Amino acid sequence: MTGAVEALEPVAGLQVVMVRIGSETFALDAGMVREIIDPIPATRVAGARTHLNRIVNVRGNVVPLADIRERFGMRPEAATQDTRFVVIEVEIEGDPVVVALVADKVFEVTELQAGTAQQMPKVGTAWRPEFIKSIVKFGDEFVILPDVERILN
Amino acid sequence: MTTLDPVAVFRTEADELLECLETTLLDLGEKPQDRALIDTAFRALHTIKGSGAMFGFERVAAFTHDFETAFDLVRQGKVPASLDLVNVALSAKDYIRLLIEDPDGTEPVFGDAILGELGALVGNAKGGGKGGGEETSGVAAAPSPAAAAPPASGPAPRPVEEGWRIGIAFAADVLRNGTNPLALLDDLRDLGPCTVVPRLDALPELDALDPEALAMGWDVTLRAAVSREAIEDVFLFTQDEVSLTLAPLGLAAEAPPAPPAERPVQVPAPMPVAAPAAAAPAAAATAPTQIPAKPPAAEARLPARRSEERPTSTVRVEAERLDELMDRVGELVIAQARLSQLAGLHADGGIKTISEEIERLSARLRDTTMSIRMVPIGTLFGRFRRLVHDLSRDLGKPVEFVTEGEDTELDKTMIERLADPLVHLIRNAIDHGIEDPARRADAAKGATGRITLTAEHAGAQVMVSVRDDGAGLDAARIRAKAEEKGLVAPGTVLSDQQIYQFLFAPGFSTAATISALSGRGVGMDVVKKTIEGLRGTIDISTVPGAGTTVALRLPLTLAIIEGLLIRVGEGRYVVPLSAVEECVELPEGDRAGRGRDFLNIRGALVPFLRLRTLFEAEGEPDPHQKVIIVSVGATRIGLVVDQIIGNHQTVIKSLSKLHADVATFSGASILGDGTAALIIDIGQLVTGNRPDSLREFQEVA
Repeated sequence: MTGAVEALEPVAGLQVVMVRIGSETFALDAGMVREIIDPIPATRVAGARTHLNRIVNVRGNVVPLADIRERFGMRPEAATQDTRFVVIEVEIEGDPVVVALVADKVFEVTELQAGTAQQMPKVGTAWRPEFIKSIVKFGDEFVILPDVERILN
Repeated sequence: MTTLDPVAVFRTEADELLECLETTLLDLGEKPQDRALIDTAFRALHTIKGSGAMFGFERVAAFTHDFETAFDLVRQGKVPASLDLVNVALSAKDYIRLLIEDPDGTEPVFGDAILGELGALVGNAKGGGKGGGEETSGVAAAPSPAAAAPPASGPAPRPVEEGWRIGIAFAADVLRNGTNPLALLDDLRDLGPCTVVPRLDALPELDALDPEALAMGWDVTLRAAVSREAIEDVFLFTQDEVSLTLAPLGLAAEAPPAPPAERPVQVPAPMPVAAPAAAAPAAAATAPTQIPAKPPAAEARLPARRSEERPTSTVRVEAERLDELMDRVGELVIAQARLSQLAGLHADGGIKTISEEIERLSARLRDTTMSIRMVPIGTLFGRFRRLVHDLSRDLGKPVEFVTEGEDTELDKTMIERLADPLVHLIRNAIDHGIEDPARRADAAKGATGRITLTAEHAGAQVMVSVRDDGAGLDAARIRAKAEEKGLVAPGTVLSDQQIYQFLFAPGFSTAATISALSGRGVGMDVVKKTIEGLRGTIDISTVPGAGTTVALRLPLTLAIIEGLLIRVGEGRYVVPLSAVEECVELPEGDRAGRGRDFLNIRGALVPFLRLRTLFEAEGEPDPHQKVIIVSVGATRIGLVVDQIIGNHQTVIKSLSKLHADVATFSGASILGDGTAALIIDIGQLVTGNRPDSLREFQEVA
């Protein structure tokens, strides 16, 4: 699934949730988004990896709060009025796992147009290529289709 | 939500029936004369056969049919139940289970062999009876009267009269259970010419008539020379729902008909109910005098059967749904805690009343939900009878298996996960613990060893222990083996408890030879791991020459934890209360680290860990820090915290798979304000470095 050519195909017609994390806009597959909630107090977990070092209570379940900024080399930021937790369900080693994702702003649910996907350029970025499924042109912007499973684990 | 797969339903049902069959057979091994047991076993077999055929398990049906045919001879009393027979029947039961689980992959050879063996046992007995002279030791108790009575007509205790007067009164709800009384009447007709007269006195008016309730009974006059058993057999599967009165035609005039409401007088087959030792010959000789003795014996048996076969009504629910329910209740409890907190801030009396009401209700709802998940541990203990039975036979060590406290209730998941560790412990106890009969004789012990499995409540925990009356552990030998394996340096000073801990080291075994059962050294480490996974502990105690006890201490449930809520920096954590021994204030001299972190607790040296450092807490430490002394097994350590908030009982939430690398915490719980608090894994903190401490012993060398 790492091949960019493979990843390009299913993009057309994909329903996505547009969110801003740090300085980038990400398109999350709407199928994996369970709900979007206002920020709630989180509990720090000593000894956990940096991007997963907090847990929150989402409807009675304790789920990890993932801040993926660190994975993309961005600096942590304090929460603002626009900050939301996007609760997503991803498959980790065959089991569905619920994770809350810190997003600085949630924009909209939209459909990606066919033929807008671009290959991840080999140069010009410090990001780890396996974290990104593809880059999509949306309006005037380039948005990232992240590979959430890989980013988290 | 759930699709009902008929095959799955059959499997569950068969599972239960097979379990019932196994218990019954094992009971039968102890009380071979108990006809009620034989009947129960027979009925279980019959049901398996019937539903097996219905769901397309042809081979199950075919095999069970043959098994049943052989067993029928036992039921009719033509062949006595013996220990050999029980053993063969048990393997037949296992074979049926195999056939159900894997209908195509099972070799028919085994089945044939089992049937052959069964046939030999049963046939032998018959042959012995007919031939009169020959007999084998296994079937010494074969009913010689069978020789006198013609086998075909059944073992009638006395010549029957011309026929029977039969009164039949069914329970009113018998139709709802699917019983067809008319079909049973037809079965009676098959036995001989019948005159059937309905009893209509209880019949209501037409508009009051419930078409699903049976309001009538029948009086049948059967004119044929059939045995009482043949008639009772017709009603074998409706025994609990019918009240049957049987009177021989000849006697009918003298004997007043039994009151219809009474239970049938079940005259058992001629197998002597009382005095098993008197055995068969007596039955023939004293047949007439025995008749008055029979009804009391039969009656004495009835109450017991009734209670056995009429369990309280139950519903089968998927365990998953119970988990879901528990989750919901957990959420409710949390929401309720927030409500109480909020209500406390308001002066409004009305809100306070409602909040208290909801608090009471949700606490009760939680208790009820918990109790739904609780299962008596007896269901687990029952499984080990077979294990002990087989091991005792294979090892040639007669062993008596005693269980105590079967009523002790534990969470269902807990019971399931306890099964494997207990199998290991019982195996070990029989294989290593109990000496062979010769050695027992030397030690002036009875030849039969004894394994006691007990369960009891100990505070908020359950203690399950396996005790044997064997030779006890040999600390010197374990030590020698540990030294040989390089687990400890020769000459290190160790307490006996510490030495026993080596038994849990992977690959550790003192057995000189490897048997098929144990001695490979795998098992005890798995036992330890499983028990620790269940938040339990293991203690070993032994008395040389008198036996060993392995005691498992377990929480009642995996779903709820009784904990001590503490604060370290800004974070709140839960320490399992079962591990907490005491709380003391951190002495002034130890507030700043001074290179040696241990306390003097009444003369004993107790090392402590600063949780602030461990959890990387920010901010200033509290001026009066507390130390919580926790223990796991014999090891005690202190945990330095900023504040002890109080007791906290809560639902345990497991950590996400993404946090599998976090070892310090075993789970999380949700506090009244809706935030999550982590549960500290004490075992990990205390013994997480055990391999290192073992290595230390070597380094000292």
